[in-house]
Amino acid sequence: MARIWSFGSDVNTDLIVPGRYAPYVTSDAELRTFPFVEARPEFAKEVAPGDVLVAGPNFGCGSSREYAALALRLCELGAIVAPSFARIFFRNALNLGLPLYEADARVFADGERVELDHEAGILRSADGRVVELPKPGAFERAIWSAGGMVPWFRAHGRFPESVPS
Amino acid sequence: MTNLTEQILSRAAGRRVHRGEIATLRPQRVMLHDSIAPSVIRILTQDLGVPRVADPERLAVVIDHVAPAANVATATNQQALRAWVREQGIAQFFDAGRGICHQVLIEEHLVAPGDVVIGSDSHSTTYGAVCAFGTGMGSTDVAVALASGCTWLRVPDAIRIDVSGAFAPGFGPKDLALEIVGRLGAGGATYAVLEIFGLDELSLAGRMTVASMAVECGAKAGLVWQGGLGAHGFAPAPWLELPSANAKYAKRIAIDLADLTHRVARPGRVDDLVAVDDLASFPVDVVYVGTCTNGRLEDLHTVANVLRGRRVAHGTRLMIVPASAQVLADAVADGTFTTLLAAGAVFGPPGCGACIGRHLGVLAPGETCVFTGNRNFSGRMGSPDARIHLASPHDAAHAALTGRLGAALAAEASSTELALAH
Repeated sequence: MARIWSFGSDVNTDLIVPGRYAPYVTSDAELRTFPFVEARPEFAKEVAPGDVLVAGPNFGCGSSREYAALALRLCELGAIVAPSFARIFFRNALNLGLPLYEADARVFADGERVELDHEAGILRSADGRVVELPKPGAFERAIWSAGGMVPWFRAHGRFPESVPS
Repeated sequence: MTNLTEQILSRAAGRRVHRGEIATLRPQRVMLHDSIAPSVIRILTQDLGVPRVADPERLAVVIDHVAPAANVATATNQQALRAWVREQGIAQFFDAGRGICHQVLIEEHLVAPGDVVIGSDSHSTTYGAVCAFGTGMGSTDVAVALASGCTWLRVPDAIRIDVSGAFAPGFGPKDLALEIVGRLGAGGATYAVLEIFGLDELSLAGRMTVASMAVECGAKAGLVWQGGLGAHGFAPAPWLELPSANAKYAKRIAIDLADLTHRVARPGRVDDLVAVDDLASFPVDVVYVGTCTNGRLEDLHTVANVLRGRRVAHGTRLMIVPASAQVLADAVADGTFTTLLAAGAVFGPPGCGACIGRHLGVLAPGETCVFTGNRNFSGRMGSPDARIHLASPHDAAHAALTGRLGAALAAEASSTELALAH
């Protein structure tokens, strides 16, 4: 079962990885220790692969820094679930193959255990409460199934749609 | 005619596009800065295996985020970036000290009305000042754009903002920008574009202030209608038409400039606006003037007009970082620089300064800053225990003069203006 990590609304990229840490992003191993380094220091230490980050609207607002999304992907989160995402963060996560779902899962409490079923598109708690996760569009599915934009682009040399001449 | 967003994206896509669909398009300009360049170059060359930029003439590279370099690691990254720029034959390269990327690209006329511009920086919405669809992207998106010459966008909804009236004395474009963010909220324009009309009389600098902050309510771009741009040396795009009355907008907002009040955004949230009068007066450690939002000549003029012949309050530091070398040169030429130095200002080299907390006046725990920039997030400018208030250049200048922000400022400010009037 995955642990729920609850966060508030408008979580910005300076909270995820402050810009001041940029010079120290020298390896994935190091970046893995940075998410919420000042805002919630226990997160990076205790988060386990498959855990689910649940937040309020506009998750990831602020800077375009992709290493904010990469730091979370390196934690091997099962998904981030929020009613909406800042658009640059959404693209960055998509490009890195980090699954995002636009849904309100704040019925689950921090620390609660849930089952995340990508196939069925649901989050389910032990006591049977369920949050439905919207099915991603064809474009997002194509990139996620490839493991991100880089593997997609290496394989196809274009986006999942024709390029204008 | 449809909204500006669909007109501009249709042209770049080479076909008629509609909101909600995903379009592949070829941006007229890609901007890359020093902070993101190392990861972009690594993804481009190592991960994508593409040795050469597809359209080097469309790429502009600027060293501004940590400029000049603050430590050996950054200096080494910038050394590698210079070598890469030479090897790729990129003509549009602006080294440390030339200025903030968005300011430089507009000064150099590297963006034009109706262009699509993608930048490795969230404040790429600033290009909306010249009615260009400027939008920020992360490293992988920029690397793929450099590899292919193309990018993809979901054609967004648009929010229409109609501005009327004129600024009262003491008010300016930053007050309008804060009003827009306050009305929409930090996530109020997520997945949408702001289209702003009624600013034909506004300066280019003022348009940049407003467009830069579009991203602070989550907007993908912030387009200021191109009316009046000719006066600032930008020929309007002849194919770009005023949207008709029945053009589709997700939301419409009307703002009368005469209704603006003196407000600041309290620490932590850009949309947590409070009237200066309603704040209990508190001492200010640092007043920081600069950034792509408010580091231009007209902003320095505003500050100089308040401080002329006076001194920054004892116990308060005034830090000024011009948005570009051109801004600095103009401020030197017209005496503004001398006025501000005489008042006790400390100048940093043109660039992003301490806006991202990496150099040039970062904040200590417990310090209070009044900032003309665009973000007041915890830890943004240094210690997470510093407090950042976003303010207009006018209100920041008064905070520098009195050493305080809050209720007392309003009284001090009006007596200062009276004194200046005599």
